[in-house]
Amino acid sequence: MTRRVVITGIGVRTPGGLGTKAFWSLLSEGRTATRRISRFDPSPFRSRIAGEVDFDAEAEGFSPREVRRMDRATQFAVACTRDAVADSGLETTALDPARIGVSLGSAVASATSLEREYLVLSDSGRQWLVDDGFLSPHMADYLSPGVMPAEVAWSVGAEGPVTMVSDGCTSGLDAVGHGVQLIREGTVDVVLAGASDTPVSPIVVACFDAIKATTPRNDDPEHASRPFDGSRNGFVLAEGAAMFVLEEYEAARARGAQIYAEVGGFATRCNAYHMTGLKTDGREMAEAIRAALDEARLDRTAVDYVNAHGSGTKQNDRHETAALKRSLGAHAYDVPVSSIKSMVGHSLGAIGSIEIAACALAIRTNVVPPTANLHTPDPECDLDYVPLTARDKQVDTVLSVGSGFGGFQSAMVLHRPEVAA
Amino acid sequence: MNGRTDSGADAVVVTGVSVVAPGGLGTEEYWKSVLTGRSGIGELTRFDVTRYPARLAGQIRDFEAADHLPSRLLPQTDVSTRYALAAAAWALADAGVAAGTLPDYDMGVVTSTSQGGFEFTHREFNKLWSKGPQHVSVYESFAWFYAVNTGQISIRHGMRGPSAALVAEQAGGLDAVGHARRTVRRGTRLVLSGGVDSAFDPWGWVAQSASGRVTTATDPERAYLPFDTAASGHVPAEGGAILVVEDAGSARLRGAERIYGTLAGYASTFDPRPGSGRPPGLRRTAELALADAGLAPGDVDVVFADAAGVPELDRAEAAAISGLFGPNAVPVTAPKSVTGRMYAGGGPADLVAALLAVRDSVVPATAHTTSVPAGYGIDLVLGEPRALPVRAALVLARGRWGFNSAVVVTGPTR
Amino acid sequence: MAHIQIDDLRRILVACAGEDDGIDLSGDILDTSFGDLGYDSLALMETAARIERDYGVALADDVIADARTPRDLLDLVNRAVPADAR
Repeated sequence: MTRRVVITGIGVRTPGGLGTKAFWSLLSEGRTATRRISRFDPSPFRSRIAGEVDFDAEAEGFSPREVRRMDRATQFAVACTRDAVADSGLETTALDPARIGVSLGSAVASATSLEREYLVLSDSGRQWLVDDGFLSPHMADYLSPGVMPAEVAWSVGAEGPVTMVSDGCTSGLDAVGHGVQLIREGTVDVVLAGASDTPVSPIVVACFDAIKATTPRNDDPEHASRPFDGSRNGFVLAEGAAMFVLEEYEAARARGAQIYAEVGGFATRCNAYHMTGLKTDGREMAEAIRAALDEARLDRTAVDYVNAHGSGTKQNDRHETAALKRSLGAHAYDVPVSSIKSMVGHSLGAIGSIEIAACALAIRTNVVPPTANLHTPDPECDLDYVPLTARDKQVDTVLSVGSGFGGFQSAMVLHRPEVAA
Repeated sequence: MNGRTDSGADAVVVTGVSVVAPGGLGTEEYWKSVLTGRSGIGELTRFDVTRYPARLAGQIRDFEAADHLPSRLLPQTDVSTRYALAAAAWALADAGVAAGTLPDYDMGVVTSTSQGGFEFTHREFNKLWSKGPQHVSVYESFAWFYAVNTGQISIRHGMRGPSAALVAEQAGGLDAVGHARRTVRRGTRLVLSGGVDSAFDPWGWVAQSASGRVTTATDPERAYLPFDTAASGHVPAEGGAILVVEDAGSARLRGAERIYGTLAGYASTFDPRPGSGRPPGLRRTAELALADAGLAPGDVDVVFADAAGVPELDRAEAAAISGLFGPNAVPVTAPKSVTGRMYAGGGPADLVAALLAVRDSVVPATAHTTSVPAGYGIDLVLGEPRALPVRAALVLARGRWGFNSAVVVTGPTR
Repeated sequence: MAHIQIDDLRRILVACAGEDDGIDLSGDILDTSFGDLGYDSLALMETAARIERDYGVALADDVIADARTPRDLLDLVNRAVPADAR
């Protein structure tokens, strides 16, 4: 008998979305939260726009010591974890700590703190030899980001498997997929799963500048993230986090928990093609979608909504459109597809989890979030991308996909538990 | 020998291995250094360390990247990725697997790193802050991140199956192998797995020192002394190991040349939150891994210890081992005493050592350590290697902040 | 403003992206496509960035993508406006 896994609690910190309520209002109203970068002076950079989170650590209840100790991405993850646990109504102290695990995704982990430390140690880049006299006691925590899932584990008292899944931009999907697997195989009963990334830091902005992956549409930040639009010219970098309480289905039911969605299937593949480039045919993403649907034992026509990777780069949106046609066949033209990156930007390793949160809320509310800023269709992207305005629709089953540097292609199927075959 | 487990599922076996370690480039050189106690520890020469408190490192000195990798890959890779790519190619060759041996979706990659491409990124930070954003390389967008080794290996060898990158400091390498085993059990025929680390630029060096666990000793023979009364911290090292993890039935089907052993058990836990007063999780991890393997403590012939080299941590590990097996009841060793701690690379290298111990019926000694407190209650193999049949070995790893992982390997005939 | 020659481009290509085994860069490569020379878009982006810095020119994103051969790229650079003139 296969153990089934459900989402019973959600916590999010996104641009324009401190908490699920604000997050879902933003998305369902089709508003955008991208703006000129305020965390540092972006004027020397090619792309000066980002989705920033108005995160107030003090208001979130972090002590000054915790703020010094934890990287910004860690703070996001812990804040989301607290929300998710509260939302789930789970009494974590009543559980066997050994039966609780943590699976945290992040692509660039402590980049923000690393850069801050670098500037101190190297006298703002003037010295290659660093002066250890200025070393922060937490530098070792930023070098190796295992501390991030550790802080999440401490915050809930988890003593089962704890790990960071760092698969670049599919980390957010893959970390949740990993957590689901830990429960399915019987290793644990509860997993705090999700992802956090805070890459709005000069080094990350500079590297995406170099590769010209981010948009230079600096004069119009609110409308800069344009997935599937003919005028799109790159993604908008963002920060954010989402965490979930994953539980074994029968246990969740037995305690009368609210259930957002069941994670029916998850699969990931690599394109083995290029660290940053994508083949036009979408073959590997299509295979991940096929495998995820297969694991969920659902026919492709059961998919009511596709939450796209939709980063807004020229190549991604075409690649993904091809992958959807290849995997969903004619149904690709019937099913609404949208990219919330149009509103909250692309938070690298975190966005996959933030998108899972959007999927769960779409199922809960029967609302499909739109693709903002989509005015001029690209002839090569010819699916129904739900432009500008959210749509009321019965949403029982959702497909969420992700694609990232390194060639990772991931797909997850979420559905109401009643949909299960 | 049919490679079947009791549950009827096919066993998951190791069909190829390779190690890139200080003092031992390639599996057999590594094994020779471990058996003879030839140490790879010496003063770090990548930059002038004289002004730093810690100076000794397990540095790889005989790896010429251009000899092992295509020129096209050099500008875009950190030194750690070069090690990973070389080790991956050698492990696949050892297993007799090439692109096309199996369908692309039947081959995955699961690796671990704890530091990413750190030297590479330090160089790019320097360019950004001393010269400006226009000087940052396009390769910085992936050469640093923790998924880079999985991605580069997948591309180089045409492996398109389920893949991942895990981070859990020194425990991450065993977690990667554990996840590779899980992935094979779920239906992927072969997964290349293991871990590699390197951060020997000045910034990476001081960052490692900031852990407070790095020794400032200056005599290479008396620096990293796990379980010794004079233990003063560890020597940071670079390198790691890659293993070909394969479904036993699939290995038979393709006529694999050799099976090093079976990945019979795996477990991973996390220590209680500091100050909780609850016991650390290492013993429980070992128990879970043994249970997963269907073995009792008495079935284990040798334990490859995490061997932190920090008195408090050594004492805790010794207590876990003697508590589970009984005082001095099982030989314990730490081949990493000749390499230093390779972080994500450490566990996989120990796993290879364990498989070679199975192959050659010998347990390597823990080099340099001479005096183990009697109260530890462990039979640490000292001085000379000990000849004994090894049918099952337990490999332990702990990562800073509380990660614990354990893998049980058994001989191919078990 | 310095004029860039094929030998300069060869040197920069190798520094920025290495060279493919089995491809002889020393021959007449002016009209061989970058793809046939073993260079992908990433290699060309790194190369273009280096040229922009070393030769003080500014190249638009889309024109770099359009350069199919070394001759295309050399022409682009040698026709380009000095970066400080923009």
